[in-house]
Amino acid sequence: MSVAVRFPTVLRPATGGRATVAAEGATVGEVFGDLIRQHPDLKTQLLTDEGQLHRHLNVFLNDDDIRYLGKLDAKVGDSDTLTLMPAVAGGA
Amino acid sequence: MSNGTVATVLLIGKKLLTEMVAHALQEYPLEACGLLAGTVGEAGHAEVASVQATGNAARSARVYEVEPKAMLRADREAEASGRQLIGVYHSHTHTDARPSPTDIGQAPDPDWHYVLVSLRDVHPSVRSWNIRDGKIEEEPVVLQW
Repeated sequence: MSVAVRFPTVLRPATGGRATVAAEGATVGEVFGDLIRQHPDLKTQLLTDEGQLHRHLNVFLNDDDIRYLGKLDAKVGDSDTLTLMPAVAGGA
Repeated sequence: MSNGTVATVLLIGKKLLTEMVAHALQEYPLEACGLLAGTVGEAGHAEVASVQATGNAARSARVYEVEPKAMLRADREAEASGRQLIGVYHSHTHTDARPSPTDIGQAPDPDWHYVLVSLRDVHPSVRSWNIRDGKIEEEPVVLQW
């Protein structure tokens, strides 16, 4: 499966400036693995040392947050798009 | 793009600034938040074209979290209009319009503009900041009429 992965500006230095990268995989975790093979600098941006999704990263499979679809085990298909966005938070 | 050596400016229309303040007052005593879409010029001068109020997923008077799906929608709308997300605003209900240590620690993008709306005093105040590498730098907010 080849899916399109969209990156926010803050992550583009790790993709050589590219906003969209095509990657292979049947699950989000496999797609992330392929992305990291293509762009090794993404590893620490996407995953924790334990291999889990960073909590300050939101990942959407088309319109849905993958946290509700099985996280890294969420299945992806050929015409799907993954959109990565930083979590935006703070406080007084 | 802005960087640590270029003084940036935030250009915003009166109507959009009013929208942010109104949203902050509407959500009081909870913190309000939203996203800024627009364009960034060569000199790092950012022009806000639209303000998108989002829900505060934290529903708190002390912290905020932009609702992720609202951010996805805002990003798509910005891109469809030839713009990009250039920053975020949120309210401080009991402190001044200056980034807190939490705001600084969690700032997601060094090129973004961080607008604070303070409701501490009778008259709301609005200030804008750059946050890079744990350091803050205020930028002028230029009101467009």
